[in-house]
Amino acid sequence: MNAAQHDPDYNFGYLDEQTKRMIRRALLKAVAIPGYQVPFGSREMPLARGWGTGGIQITAALIGPEDRLKVIDQGADDTTNAVSIRRFFARVSGVATTEETSEASIIQTRHRIPEKPLDAGQILVYQVPQPEPLRRLEPSEVETRKMHAWAEYGAMHVRLYEDIARFGHVATTYSYPVMVNDRYVMSPTPIPKFDNPKMDDMPALQLFGAGREKRIYAIPPYTKVKSLDFEDHPFTIQSWTEPCALCAATDSYLDEVITDDRGGRMFVCSDSSYCEDRRAKGHVGKELATAEALAYVDSVEGASHDA
Amino acid sequence: MRDPLTPTIADPDPILTAQNVTKHYGERIGCENVSFSLWPGEVLGIVGESGSGKSTLLRCLAGIDRPTGGEILFRHEEEMISLFNIPEPTRRKLMRTEWGIVHQNPRDGLRMDVSAGGNVGERLMDRGDRHYGKIRSSALDWLTRVEISEDRIDDRPRQFSGGMQQRLQIARVLVPEPRLVFMDEPTGGLDVSVQARLLDLLRVLVRDLGIAAVIVTHDLAVARLLTDRLMVMKGGYVVEEGLTDQVLDDPHHAYTQLLTSAVLAA
Repeated sequence: MNAAQHDPDYNFGYLDEQTKRMIRRALLKAVAIPGYQVPFGSREMPLARGWGTGGIQITAALIGPEDRLKVIDQGADDTTNAVSIRRFFARVSGVATTEETSEASIIQTRHRIPEKPLDAGQILVYQVPQPEPLRRLEPSEVETRKMHAWAEYGAMHVRLYEDIARFGHVATTYSYPVMVNDRYVMSPTPIPKFDNPKMDDMPALQLFGAGREKRIYAIPPYTKVKSLDFEDHPFTIQSWTEPCALCAATDSYLDEVITDDRGGRMFVCSDSSYCEDRRAKGHVGKELATAEALAYVDSVEGASHDA
Repeated sequence: MRDPLTPTIADPDPILTAQNVTKHYGERIGCENVSFSLWPGEVLGIVGESGSGKSTLLRCLAGIDRPTGGEILFRHEEEMISLFNIPEPTRRKLMRTEWGIVHQNPRDGLRMDVSAGGNVGERLMDRGDRHYGKIRSSALDWLTRVEISEDRIDDRPRQFSGGMQQRLQIARVLVPEPRLVFMDEPTGGLDVSVQARLLDLLRVLVRDLGIAAVIVTHDLAVARLLTDRLMVMKGGYVVEEGLTDQVLDDPHHAYTQLLTSAVLAA
């Protein structure tokens, strides 16, 4: 899927070399102190802050001609944000892109971790809207930095307490706070808590960039990541009563898809690459035919039009 | 329970000692050369008109503001430590565990968008408690002790009346069982009947738990009811000091005489 040639009007990877060095220095510091938020001089990018500029800047600072880039948004390779960012990098760096998780050397993501386990040597880059897990409890940046510096994390559990008091269980389903390396409480970005256990002891390097908030943080490979919980209310992940309607997977994160205006719906894998992979291997969900009829997925007979 | 008139000194070492505490705001004097000691179980009142430096002194004593001069010693694990010579994280830890501050305005001491139970439980979670059931039952216990009914545990302070907010704040301060409590006008802004009940409650709690307390007030009735000893401040200086009843019944300094004679006969 090598889409485009490097547009010579742009420096390789869009950012100038000095900016890349600045970001790499911040990245090195972030890797050295797992979970610690490193400030960096976030640049203007050709899209609005809050649309993934933090992740794009990290990818731009890391990417080399030999890399193979995968971009996902909510798990899917074919959503607007993912397509735009992939096309952007194809143009400004000319590197190869892929939708296959295991082929990618850099995976930039918004809101998901791929279902297929990542390997050592791969890099997962997250786009972060709000890097500060304590922000909703403490508006002052001066104060939150002190709380991180001295590991004063009692207030973090107040959020979980409130959930249990109100709903009987921890109702936080995304951006679920984690403790990294037994030291820093970190916001894992708006990934569903379903993905939290995947961060623990992951062989791949995880980098987090918040463009608007100007922060970078990281989890080095094989680092302990623990989701916060109470002794009598242990951490649990979401579960579904039915398998994926397209590929019959029972171990993946499912999105609800509305199929008509009469209440019809189905649950499908949010990781589109994982789902396709399973269908190619012959797994058939019970509503695959309906989805093909709606052109929600390409039919197996080999129609090649874009969805 | 002991007789407040005779200071029984079971514990010979003071829990808090102020030595020549001075706080200047630029050219202006906040408080000047204040020295005193406070023993465990004792309640000290600071009275004076507004602007006399009461709250300034309290903020220094509680470790919120660094005094310009002088020293504040706090007894921690049988050792007198100087409050502003220890690292900030240690001081913040002491502030959360060893002493508590009851603010005049409950909004300053509570999280207004967190339920009553969460507000009381936060101090326990700070301490490292990670068992929801236990946190909730001690929150319930404390709400009962400050006379807030159990079915209000999941309501937010916003939905409480002013008097209830103040009682909730007191529960939040007392739940980690501090040894020392600072109160800045704890009854300010409450009507007389609510004040009376709150004072009753405070008196019972302080006596029962044997907590040492420093209470700042401009209300001499509050001082007479709650405190063992009294310090009268004016213009940043302490002008008179002694046992509460002595100071109020036989004031020596002209300003104290003025202050006591200004009390309306009820």
